[in-house]
Amino acid sequence: MDDQTNLRWPDTIYDHFKRVGIRQVGYVPDAGHSRLIKRICDDPEIADVVLTTEEEGVGLVAGAHLGGQRAALLMQSSGVGNCINMFTLVRNMGFPCLVLVTMRGEFAEFNPWQVPMGSITEPVLKLAGFLTYRVEEPGDVDETVSAACDMAFDGDLAVAVLLSQRLIGRKRWTK
Amino acid sequence: MSAERTKAGHAMLERRKLVKDLLVDRRDLMVVCGLGSATYDVAAAGDHPLNLYLWGAMGGAAMIGLGLALAKPDRRVAVLTGDGEALMGLGALATIGVKRPENLAIVVLDNAHYGETGMQASHTQGGADLVAIAKGCGFADALTLSAQSGVAHVRELLHTGKGPLLVNAHISSAETPRFLPVRDGHAIKLRFMQAANAP
Repeated sequence: MDDQTNLRWPDTIYDHFKRVGIRQVGYVPDAGHSRLIKRICDDPEIADVVLTTEEEGVGLVAGAHLGGQRAALLMQSSGVGNCINMFTLVRNMGFPCLVLVTMRGEFAEFNPWQVPMGSITEPVLKLAGFLTYRVEEPGDVDETVSAACDMAFDGDLAVAVLLSQRLIGRKRWTK
Repeated sequence: MSAERTKAGHAMLERRKLVKDLLVDRRDLMVVCGLGSATYDVAAAGDHPLNLYLWGAMGGAAMIGLGLALAKPDRRVAVLTGDGEALMGLGALATIGVKRPENLAIVVLDNAHYGETGMQASHTQGGADLVAIAKGCGFADALTLSAQSGVAHVRELLHTGKGPLLVNAHISSAETPRFLPVRDGHAIKLRFMQAANAP
């Protein structure tokens, strides 16, 4: 794996967002998604919607779909817990819901308070009706995100991609 | 303020008449209805394919309105919801204040109570001021509607006012008969999308 691939995986996600025509992205500020968020904010064709809490994004995605636009959500694993009741909207109405989750509370986690939610993020998503795919290596981002985008928007499905903490890298706690 | 109006018992707007008046000659207005009484009120005013009846997802109505307003910038979107539903999604007002969609209005049917669960007092009775909150979040305008004489103006705002707007309508907490529209979310969605996205 070359250094370019290691660093450029957020650009790969962005490229797939453009390929499938995503026009709205809801996000909560997040270090792991910072590069992708910047690409989205710099793109005048994508409405970047900064949320106060992740569950707002589920409503946003529903509204976008009702109006004929594709949308995606970016959140951290802790945000999945904030969404549980709002995820019922996805099942009750049936619309594509693509969520990219940066994981905390696993590989090389410094903060034990992240572990309880991080360790149940994937089962919670499954219980809420999502298909889930984990990515551990930068070289797997392309194929996995490509498949997730196609399943979400061609199949009207709820799909979550879990970007592992190993992929994102250790959080630096000292400056 | 809200507690005072309840105690004073002065004539407040009747919710069914208010909603019916707001939706007269609605043209292609898209209406997102918060769960519970707001959904019943909008349905009672006349079923319409552009009514998005919610039966759950409490706190999410305003954000559905935002996604819709961003997707359809040349159309008007109105979210009609209750004070309890709006309070559960207060953060959405800050999110909407950042994006400032000009085609979005939120009408809160504020009876200062949680009607679905036994008429417990809501936070608007305890002092939460939704108009001040919306203004503080950067809405283009936010106003109180408490008299029939103001209804026609608000109706006009739904069609031509520069959003985002929030209207806090002081309504009577008197019970109204339930009026239950279709509950199948997939059917509601498909009907709405066919009407909203027709060429």
